[in-house]
Amino acid sequence: MLVVAEASANPLLPHLSEIVAGTIAFSLLYIVLRSRVVPMFEKAFKERTEAIQGGIEKAEAAQKEAQAALDQYTKSLADAKAEAGRIREEARAQGAAIIEEMRAKAQEEADRITSAASAAIAAERAAAITSLRNEVGNLATELASKIVGEALEDQVRQSRVVDRFLSELEHN
Amino acid sequence: MHFQARGGFVAPGTEDFFLPTKLGFTSFESKAIYLAFFSVLLIGLFFYFSSRKAKVMPSKLQFAGESVYAFVRRDLGEDLIGHEFLRFVPFLFTLFTFVLVNNIFGIIPLIQFPTMSHVSFPYVLAIFSFVVFHYIGIRRQGLGKYLKGICFMPGVPVALYILLTPIELATYFVVRPVTLALRLFANMFAGHLLLLVFILGGDYLLHGGIVAKIASPFSFTFAIVMTFFELLVQVLQAYIFTLLTALYIAGALADEH
Repeated sequence: MLVVAEASANPLLPHLSEIVAGTIAFSLLYIVLRSRVVPMFEKAFKERTEAIQGGIEKAEAAQKEAQAALDQYTKSLADAKAEAGRIREEARAQGAAIIEEMRAKAQEEADRITSAASAAIAAERAAAITSLRNEVGNLATELASKIVGEALEDQVRQSRVVDRFLSELEHN
Repeated sequence: MHFQARGGFVAPGTEDFFLPTKLGFTSFESKAIYLAFFSVLLIGLFFYFSSRKAKVMPSKLQFAGESVYAFVRRDLGEDLIGHEFLRFVPFLFTLFTFVLVNNIFGIIPLIQFPTMSHVSFPYVLAIFSFVVFHYIGIRRQGLGKYLKGICFMPGVPVALYILLTPIELATYFVVRPVTLALRLFANMFAGHLLLLVFILGGDYLLHGGIVAKIASPFSFTFAIVMTFFELLVQVLQAYIFTLLTALYIAGALADEH
C-alpha cells in the first residue's frame, strides 16, 4: 500500500536564512581561496615555467658551446693535418735535396780523386821514364863503350846516340 | 520508521529534505547550512595546506590541490575565456570546489545530504554568476552599449528584432540565472530522492513477507549502483555550473556575442 506524503513545503521556495548563509559561506570561501590559495599556486606555476624555460635556455647554451668546441676541434684537426702534410712534403723535398747534394759531392770527390790519381800516375810515369832513360842511357853507354872501346865524352853526342837507340827500341 | 506507524510504505517526499537539527532552531538553521559552512572549512583547509608551501617540485598534497586548481584554471578558465582569464580564476575555482564538495556530500556516508538540494544555495550561486557576468559586460562595454548588444543582435534584419529582442532579454536576465540554479537544484534533489526511494524501499521490503524479503537486496543493490551514478552526476553538475558561468563571462567580455 502506497501513501503519498503530504507536501509540507514547496522545494522551489528559498529560505532567507539559507540565502544569507549561502552568501556568507561562498564569500568566505572566495576570500580565502583568492587571498591565500590562488597566489601561492600561481607563484609555483610561474616559478615552474621559469625553471623550465631557464633549463631550456641553459641546454641551448650548452649545445651551442659544444658545437663551437667541435668546430674548433675539427678546424684544428684539419690545420694539424695540413701542417703534417706540409712538413712531410718539406721533409721529402729536403731529403731529395740532401741526396742530390751528397751525390754531387761524391761525384766531385770521385772526380777529384780520379784526376789526382791520374796526375800522380802521369808524374810517376814521367819520372820513371826520365830515370829509366838516364839509367838505360848510362847502361847502354857503358855497355857500348865497353863493347866499342870508344869513350864518348861528349855529352851531346852521347845523348843523341841514346835517343836514336831508344827510338829504334820503341819502333821495334 | 515513520512508514510503519502509518501501516504502509510512505514514498519519500519534500519533507525529507527538511530534517530537524540538533539545535532545534528550525526556522533559522538547516542541515544544508551546516554542510555549506562545513564545506567551506574543508575546502579552505585542504587548499590552504596544499598551497601553503607551494614549490616547483610539488609534494603529494600540493600536487592534489594543484591538479584541481590547474584543471579549473586551464579547462574552465583559459580555454573558455581567453587571455584575460586569470582575473576570473579565483571566482570559478571557488564556484567549482564549493559546488563539487557540497554535491559529493550527497553520497558521503553519515552526511548523505546534497546541500544544493536546498534551492536557496543554487539561487545564491546563480545570483553571484548573474551579477558577475553582467557587471563584467557593463564595465567592459558601458551600460548602453552592453544593453544594446543584448537587445539588438548585430547582423540581423530589423524586422526580426520584434521576435529576437524579447527572447534575448529573457535569455540574459531570466533564463540564464534560473536554468543555472534549477539545473543544479533539480539534479541534486532528484538524485537524493532516488537514493531515498531505493534505500527506504529496501528497508521496507526487509520487514515484509518472504517475497518482499527476497526482493529487498535488489533494492539495496540498485541503491548502491545509483550512488555511483550520483557521483557522476554530482561531479558533472559542478563542472557544468562552472563551465556555463565561464561561458557567460567570456560572452560578456567579447565585444559582440
